[in-house]
Amino acid sequence: QVSAALKEGRVTPTELCQRCLALIKSTRFLNAYITVAEETALKQAEESERRYKTGQPLGILDGIPIAVKDNFNTAGIETTCASNMLKGYISPYNATVVQKLLDQGAVLLGKTNLDEFAMGSGSTDGIFGPVRNPWSYSRQYKEKSVPKSHSEDEESNWVITGGSSGGSAAAVSSFTCFAALGSDTGGSTRNPAAHCGVVGLKPTYGLISRHGLIPLVNSMDVPGILTRCVDDAAVVLGSLAGHDPKDSTTIQDNFKPFELPSLPDVSKLSIGIPKEYHAPGLSSEILALWSKAADLFKNAGAKVIEVSLPHTRYSIVCYHVLCTAEVASNMARFDGLEYGHRSDVNKSTESMYAATRREGFNDVVRGRILSGNYFLLKQNYENYFIKAQKVRRLIANDFLKVFGSGVDILLTPTTLSDAVPYREFIKEDNRTRSAQDDILTQAANMAGLPAINVPTALSERGLPIGLQFIGRSFQEKQLLTVAKWFEKQVKFPMIQLEEVERHNHNVFQHQKSASFS
Amino acid sequence: GVWRRAWQCGAGGPAPSRRGQRAAASSAGGGAVPVGKSGLAPWVPVVGLEIHAQISSNSKLFSGSQVQFAAPPNSLVSFFDASLPGTLPVLNRRCVEAAVMTGLALNCSINKKSLFDRKHYFYADLPAGYQITQQRVPIAVNGSLSYSLCIDNKMSQMVTKTVRIKQIQLEQDSGKSLHDDTRSQTLIDLNRAGVGLMEVVMEPDMCCGEEAAAAVRELQLILQTLGSSQAVMAEGQLRVDANVSVHHPGEPYGVRTEVKNINSIRFLAKAVDYEIQRQIEELENGGTILNETRAFDSKLGCTVPMRDKEGKQDYRFMPEPNLPPLILYDAKSLPANMNHQQVVNIDWIQERLPDLPSVKRAKLVERYGILPEHSFALLNEDGLTEFFENVVKQTQMKPKKVIGWILNVLLSYLKQHSLTVKESPVSSFMMADLLNLLEKKEISSTAAKQVLAELWKGEGKTPLEIVKEKKLELIQDQKELEQICQAVIDGQENE
Repeated sequence: QVSAALKEGRVTPTELCQRCLALIKSTRFLNAYITVAEETALKQAEESERRYKTGQPLGILDGIPIAVKDNFNTAGIETTCASNMLKGYISPYNATVVQKLLDQGAVLLGKTNLDEFAMGSGSTDGIFGPVRNPWSYSRQYKEKSVPKSHSEDEESNWVITGGSSGGSAAAVSSFTCFAALGSDTGGSTRNPAAHCGVVGLKPTYGLISRHGLIPLVNSMDVPGILTRCVDDAAVVLGSLAGHDPKDSTTIQDNFKPFELPSLPDVSKLSIGIPKEYHAPGLSSEILALWSKAADLFKNAGAKVIEVSLPHTRYSIVCYHVLCTAEVASNMARFDGLEYGHRSDVNKSTESMYAATRREGFNDVVRGRILSGNYFLLKQNYENYFIKAQKVRRLIANDFLKVFGSGVDILLTPTTLSDAVPYREFIKEDNRTRSAQDDILTQAANMAGLPAINVPTALSERGLPIGLQFIGRSFQEKQLLTVAKWFEKQVKFPMIQLEEVERHNHNVFQHQKSASFS
Repeated sequence: GVWRRAWQCGAGGPAPSRRGQRAAASSAGGGAVPVGKSGLAPWVPVVGLEIHAQISSNSKLFSGSQVQFAAPPNSLVSFFDASLPGTLPVLNRRCVEAAVMTGLALNCSINKKSLFDRKHYFYADLPAGYQITQQRVPIAVNGSLSYSLCIDNKMSQMVTKTVRIKQIQLEQDSGKSLHDDTRSQTLIDLNRAGVGLMEVVMEPDMCCGEEAAAAVRELQLILQTLGSSQAVMAEGQLRVDANVSVHHPGEPYGVRTEVKNINSIRFLAKAVDYEIQRQIEELENGGTILNETRAFDSKLGCTVPMRDKEGKQDYRFMPEPNLPPLILYDAKSLPANMNHQQVVNIDWIQERLPDLPSVKRAKLVERYGILPEHSFALLNEDGLTEFFENVVKQTQMKPKKVIGWILNVLLSYLKQHSLTVKESPVSSFMMADLLNLLEKKEISSTAAKQVLAELWKGEGKTPLEIVKEKKLELIQDQKELEQICQAVIDGQENE
């Protein structure tokens, strides 16, 4: 809708940009942004404005303010991965996805906060501090929260965004941008999307280029898309998908951007409910919502059946082996020699390397590197790495079997519960939390399948709960169509945030979720 | 070297297998089996080679930066070469073709599906902390290379040997480090980082420095003929590491050492022979051989232990996740609708292979009636074959005679002055001219040599001009000859 507004001249790109920048400033306590590229954003907005004035906008995304997770390379703008290792690192090139958005005229507002090197499920373990879930400050949450003691202020009650793309999710959720890029390796886009009440899309592996995305696990990473509605996600997907010669793991087939039907029909579909996703620790609230959702589909005429993905319970362990192994490998390049942090210790090359890496990486990263190297040792390789690859094949085959038997889409919860308060979350360490929180999202990365979180309802505490749809490889159109239908059914409420309302504008009024398409 | 070679290479076939088969096979050829210094049980030296050949291509193996020797430091480095985070490898087609060509020329089976792996170790000239190589399934396997040696240093007897090629794999080259001890620093130049290499592994079928040198020389010629590598050792385009061990016939193979830092084919022979000798002496004195890496010191002519690289390295091999398996096609497997520009077709490459050195030599012998050892000498010197053929074309002298002038006279001149054939001040045209004069008996052979010496000065005079100038014509006139003889005799009488 805002795109239409831009076209009709009801609002100009510069106004839009300025409003977003102002909102970013007043929501700084969320800590969603690491870098705000004010000057360049305004310049891009001006250029967009010129194009609109001459009636030649580049497309729907022209003039639309976006944010990008800080593990994507952005030329001329600091790219830190929330790590000391890359603090102050100015990328000399744009990631392919960033370039594509800029080529469409999008306005890059800044880089968003994350867990260091995307390792984590809370967006709490980066050097710039944790990201706060905007819903912590929403009327909906405040109304429901019961202060434990008289002296307790809302400061300590704030909840996490989930992770690792928490900054991007918070940015979209708080209306500071209209779309954001995240990354998804084990659920890092869908998890914070669920906690922040936004749409989080994980595309099929190989559909979108990873060139310029600083890798966590090369064989599982994908760029993720966060928006306020499913239609917007489809638009962004359309501008990003397709073969990139710079990324040899992207498929060669031509990708055709699609528009979703305005009145999606799910009556001819078969929806699978995998029983293993009724995982231990799943909150009764979410279980009930999941059940209600299944009923919605049943009532619409879809076939809803229980299915089994028997190897689901092995995915976390399998993921740990493969993830840490690739991490150990990918982090080997950070030695302080060519770029990034370099220690002052210079007695010898070895000591410089060791000091640089100790100073540059946090505990989580170092822990994964050590584990990964252990699994890759000659004597362990067969028992760990090879075995894990075999298990991965089994997990992927589970999905193939189910989809091959006539099921079109799988419906599962995205998270085990709504967002927990920060002070609760940090009671457990990163590894424990990741293992717990990734359980429902991880398998889709193993199998390379597309998956999407759709905000469904508010919990008893007034916080967002989302449900996940998993589709067949490269069948994003079908996946998003189902997601869109579901979105229309549940009518997820808009966040009631003071700061947003203050900056409110005609463009946002009368709209459920202020989309741009 | 100062040491005495206490052994000789047998003229037999390939060395026995690792399962400790009797060494009877090697002495069956009738050649001398190496004898220990003190006349004790004989020794069988075993030599294998690991050769890295830099691929001749415009750009690097996985990135688009240029490949060029001696460019200003760090001027040919792309983001990927510098291991900037977020960059990904993209395979260079030309490098794949070079490896396939080389594999075919070495009689290998080309693997239609090969894989890439990461080999991890930390070193300043390896920006990513790992090298992309082919450890699990390389591009070519199970080939062979035939090479020839002169027996007993006589050009008259040549024997042909074969060494098995275990495999050829594609991998990245590393950068270069220069150690500046005065300032306690190391300077890194990444120009070479990421350049494509073919690692050719030769099985331990060789038994002395001469064999190793001959095998490498032949490989070098093959690579240069194919154009897959320029293979100039002095420019680092061909690097050879030797694996050396010794054992008694009938016993299992001994502990082997790896010898590195060999900068020429001549030094290769020296290094290998030195190491064999060193191991024999060590063992005969009751010592043991360590499984270590040693460097060849060309000044001292010996091998020395290299700085210990933190003991045995575990390279933590892992599949390269950013590169799908490399699929090659042949005429049978090529799908009908596939754009042939997008794929590498093994049969297409096979059809276009140029004549290999062995074929070229055979053709020379057949066409010109020269000896096999002549053909070796011709191919051994860059441009000499062309020179020879040009002379033959332009002269009436028989090729069998021309070859003597080329190999014995011209070549020794070139060697004396350290010139290549291209730099020869005497052109094939002039040479042909000169030989024609000789053939027509207008000058003597001695005179011809004198003319050649003059021509060598490169003053631009033709052979005929020089002959006239120096009055070197053969005197044909009977009367004139009689007069001269008479004058000489008369002169004698007066003494």
